[in-house]
Amino acid sequence: MAYSDKVIDHLENPRNMGSLDRNDPNVGTGMVGAPACGDVMKLQLRINDNGIIEDAKFKTFGCGSAIASSSLITTMVKGQKIEDALAISNSDIAKELSLPPVKIHCSVLAEDAIKAAIHDFQNKKQSS
Amino acid sequence: MSVKTPIYLDNHATTPCDPAVAKAMWPYLTESFGNAASRSHAFGWAAREAIEIGREQIADLLGGDAKEIVFTSGATESDNLAIKGVAKFYENKGKHIITATTEHKAVLDSCHALEAEGWEVTYLGVDSEGLISLDELDAAFRDDTVLVSIMAGNNEIGVIQPIAEIGTRCRARKVLFHCDAVQALGRIPFDVTEMKVDLVSISAHKMYGPKGIGALWVRRGRPRVRLSPLIDGGGHERGMRSGTLPVHQIVGFGKAAELAKADLTNGGIDRVRMLRDRLWAGLKDQLDELFLNGSEEHRLPNNLNVSFAYVEGEAMMMGIKDIACSSGSACTSASLEPSYVLRAMGVDVELAHTSIRFGIGRFTTEEEIDFALKLIVEKVNWLRAMSPLYEMAQEGIDLKSIQWSAH
Repeated sequence: MAYSDKVIDHLENPRNMGSLDRNDPNVGTGMVGAPACGDVMKLQLRINDNGIIEDAKFKTFGCGSAIASSSLITTMVKGQKIEDALAISNSDIAKELSLPPVKIHCSVLAEDAIKAAIHDFQNKKQSS
Repeated sequence: MSVKTPIYLDNHATTPCDPAVAKAMWPYLTESFGNAASRSHAFGWAAREAIEIGREQIADLLGGDAKEIVFTSGATESDNLAIKGVAKFYENKGKHIITATTEHKAVLDSCHALEAEGWEVTYLGVDSEGLISLDELDAAFRDDTVLVSIMAGNNEIGVIQPIAEIGTRCRARKVLFHCDAVQALGRIPFDVTEMKVDLVSISAHKMYGPKGIGALWVRRGRPRVRLSPLIDGGGHERGMRSGTLPVHQIVGFGKAAELAKADLTNGGIDRVRMLRDRLWAGLKDQLDELFLNGSEEHRLPNNLNVSFAYVEGEAMMMGIKDIACSSGSACTSASLEPSYVLRAMGVDVELAHTSIRFGIGRFTTEEEIDFALKLIVEKVNWLRAMSPLYEMAQEGIDLKSIQWSAH
């Protein structure tokens, strides 16, 4: 697979790789994908009371573009408001990384991960 | 320790031409350029003589007769010629073929093409080790079975099928037996008499010869195998495969066969096995959750196919980009499906995504293996640190208990 330099850079120097405390009430966790499909992304966001994403961490099982997509979104959402993060679309990710057509599903997964993490955060807030 | 990167550990895909092979070929591109079919002058005679020597060398590798070698463009053509050629020649006798689900695509797709034309094909499954069952084979024979096609050594997992036992069964039922021995030749002893095979596919570039040349060994006596040709023309190769013979390719192929035979007795292949075992032992020593794909016992000495659980194959190959190898992961295939060979063995699709195939070769060095081992261990640990699945497994979460969202 011929990847763009940006994908290679994210793979070799992943940004914000790691985990946040799942039990922190301000941390939303999104886990999307399936091992059988060859990719699973975990995205965690710490969101303050003003709705600003203060920190983001990822862990990903998947191909180079799946890792690069998840690494990229952590850099995009950090400092953003929830509404702006929710507006990120898979095509923004695919375009930024110049993903080949067969890898578009990786960017879709990354978009889903953002939505899943924010959804988890909002659920936590509602139930508390 | 200094090694030149990238290191080539993909010797199932192809092998480099041995320098002795390239050297032997050279004069046949320049001064001895004749057409072997030219009977009226010295250029033709020299070409013909060179071809007959090549035939002898190749036949000698498998214990056959030089007259039984039919040159082709490569093993894909050999597989096509064997299967379609036998099927069409014997179509009045019967239209049933037996093969296995883990065969090379050249065999499977030849069978599929025949199915579309009215033949029936039984695809034998394999067990978790990658081996076919002889009982299932026995049960699959029918009165109209004309051909069995089973490979000697698998190109992905290196598993060696019980060829002699299959041959015995085919002969007892007077059914022809084709064997794709591309990966096995030069790696394990393979004698057409002992194996009781009737047709054998061979490729030069898988055994340190040039690309673009292969052969089909076709038994001439007891039984005398006949074929319908796929390519019509000047009636070369006993009418089974027309076309001017590429003399330099055949000279290289012959030399490669001679060296491959020597490898079996001069310690060459023992060294390859030692390097393969060194790599596998080192990996097992330093990493947990590794799964060897395919039988450890019935296995080509140059093959190692391992699933590195929780690390996706394509990311792994990008991580170890200083090593040339291949993966059964879907992400590395055009079809986005993981390896059909691993799936046929019942390997979990999750694990199939994490498989890597290493093929050790004649020119692999101990330094290269040690370099590869260090790099693989480092990158697996790094990618596992990045893997949410590994994290969950470490926390004791059963990944199978989770409802994953399919996508």
